[in-house]
Amino acid sequence: MTTVSLAMAVVVAALYAVGFYLLLQRSLMRVLLGVVVLGHGANLLLQLTGGPPARPPILGGSAEGSAPLADPLPQALALTAVVITFAMTTYLLALGYRSWVLVGHDEVQDDLEDRRIARRRTPTASMGEEADEQGDEVGVDPGSAAASGDPVGDRS
Amino acid sequence: MLPALPVLLPLLGAGATVVVGRWAWAQRVIGVTVLAAVSVVAAVLLVMADRGGPVVAEIGGWAAPVGIVLVADRLAALLLLISTVVTLAVLVYAIDQRIADYGRRTASTTFHPIFLVLSAGVSLAYLTGDLFSLFVAFEIMLAASYVLITRRTDARRIRSGMTYVIISLTSSLLFLTTVALVYAATGTVNLADLAERVAALPTGLQTVLALLVLVTFGIKAAIVPLHFWLPDSYPNAPAPVTALFAGLLTKVGIYALLRTRTLIFPEGHPSVLLLVLASVTMIVGVLGALAQNDLNRILSFLLVSHIGFMIFGLAVTDAAGAGGTALYVVHHITVQATLFLVSGLITRRTGTVSIDAMGGLAKRAPLLAVLFAIPALTLAGVPPTSGFVAKLALLQAGAGDGVATSVVAGIVILASLLTLYAVVRVWVRVFWGEPREPLPDNDPDDDLVVGTARTATPMYVATAALVAVSLTIAAAAGPLSAVTTRAGDDLVARTPYLGAVLGQEGAR
Repeated sequence: MTTVSLAMAVVVAALYAVGFYLLLQRSLMRVLLGVVVLGHGANLLLQLTGGPPARPPILGGSAEGSAPLADPLPQALALTAVVITFAMTTYLLALGYRSWVLVGHDEVQDDLEDRRIARRRTPTASMGEEADEQGDEVGVDPGSAAASGDPVGDRS
Repeated sequence: MLPALPVLLPLLGAGATVVVGRWAWAQRVIGVTVLAAVSVVAAVLLVMADRGGPVVAEIGGWAAPVGIVLVADRLAALLLLISTVVTLAVLVYAIDQRIADYGRRTASTTFHPIFLVLSAGVSLAYLTGDLFSLFVAFEIMLAASYVLITRRTDARRIRSGMTYVIISLTSSLLFLTTVALVYAATGTVNLADLAERVAALPTGLQTVLALLVLVTFGIKAAIVPLHFWLPDSYPNAPAPVTALFAGLLTKVGIYALLRTRTLIFPEGHPSVLLLVLASVTMIVGVLGALAQNDLNRILSFLLVSHIGFMIFGLAVTDAAGAGGTALYVVHHITVQATLFLVSGLITRRTGTVSIDAMGGLAKRAPLLAVLFAIPALTLAGVPPTSGFVAKLALLQAGAGDGVATSVVAGIVILASLLTLYAVVRVWVRVFWGEPREPLPDNDPDDDLVVGTARTATPMYVATAALVAVSLTIAAAAGPLSAVTTRAGDDLVARTPYLGAVLGQEGAR
């Protein structure tokens, strides 16, 4: 079983915390940064499983003495994972750009159908709140339903 | 090397379809041929695994704990076979939808390569005997699915695509964390090797790892507290894509749970946590379906609900439960994909997804009514359909295994009845009543077909073929449930898998 130093454990924990905090934001750019930071945290954790630092690498490392070599497998795994997170980051960037082109901003939208069903089921007592919500929706989201030719939204 | 073919063939095919991107017919021929070939290979693997035990391929010639192995045991081969058959039918449907919408000569440069890459990822996920390859398989599959769900984007699809991509990425990063922690604790990522080394760990650590695995695959499988992304994202994709996702992706999550829970974290007694999750998933899913008005969202919530049935089989944790889950997965892959394809046909006919705006389709399109009725009743588990057979296997596993499982078995029956209510509600609104005029495409200039469109006959044929597969499952229930029972025995005994992967000394 491998253990890590406290400093590295704190760094990994901080990266995860920052990553998840950013993931919970509405703007896709922040979410993207969250994914990047979270990916760094996961990859660093993967690296740390290779054992304590400063061990000689398996290639070109001296075999003298009984000093153990660094475990090469986590390095290979981390390399694969870095490539995958990198590819996903570029994909998210492209998605954010497309969203900006189509909608005008890169915020993750509410699900209109969800809102509609929630409204249909609310009793009349909370009408004021609903009206607010509806106004909000129109303000925040100028044309998601109309632009897409939403066949459901038109008749609601 | 036979188990490598279901991964290699679609990847090579994907490359070939990129090369011949100019010629639509060549892409189509390659796609259909490759998937048909993989189906044959999967069938051969199933026969071999059933007769002579798991078929193992060592990639690069390195033996098990060091190298990466592909293992086709009964469960993997069976799911591979049914998944490939469903993928093939969906591909035929998608090709003919494209021909009907855009003409025979236009080629889509991205669709066929991505579709085949997705199929390769699914195959790898079933076959791999290595936790990190499982991560890679999920990434291949998900990366392909990101492209499929965000193709031809409009504002609505961008929104659902974002939800889907972000949630899937989060679960992938959690998976990576799990792999790192598992490696730190045991020093291996080979599943068979893990089975022995995890047992030697302290109980607390085992529990932490098992929970991480449950959360990771729980997001992918859409178990209830982690299901919110599914009904938001699936309904907005085109019908064939939704059918493929609903049929395969969540079930790969269930397969990964089944594999890891039986092989690495065997419990030996019913798991209370999983029983609770199963009950909540079944009830919340089906109640969500009853509240919806959009046909695709109803089906998506029913999908979530039926994930709970499979979790119930997992929670029982004995051989009967594992076998029942395997049978249920086979049944559910087929029927859920069929229902989404039928929903696509209905939408092309009526021009809407809102069931309130439909009516009288039984009179106008009797064939469509039959194609909907059979899978709908199958989903609800009305005898003598495959749904009844699968649910019976689950109930037999659960009943008489203690009070807790018997109570949840009651919830299974309740959820089945509510499913029946949900599909009957759809039936009454869509197929009965006064016939309504189909709604026109309200923006004919855009590239997206939203309203009514001509339906090509092969689309009906592909859907009918899947209905036939589902009926065959019901007709061949005896031999099939014998295979899944043996698969369940293998899973719980663990020795066939360990022996095949690690050699005789591993089969202690």
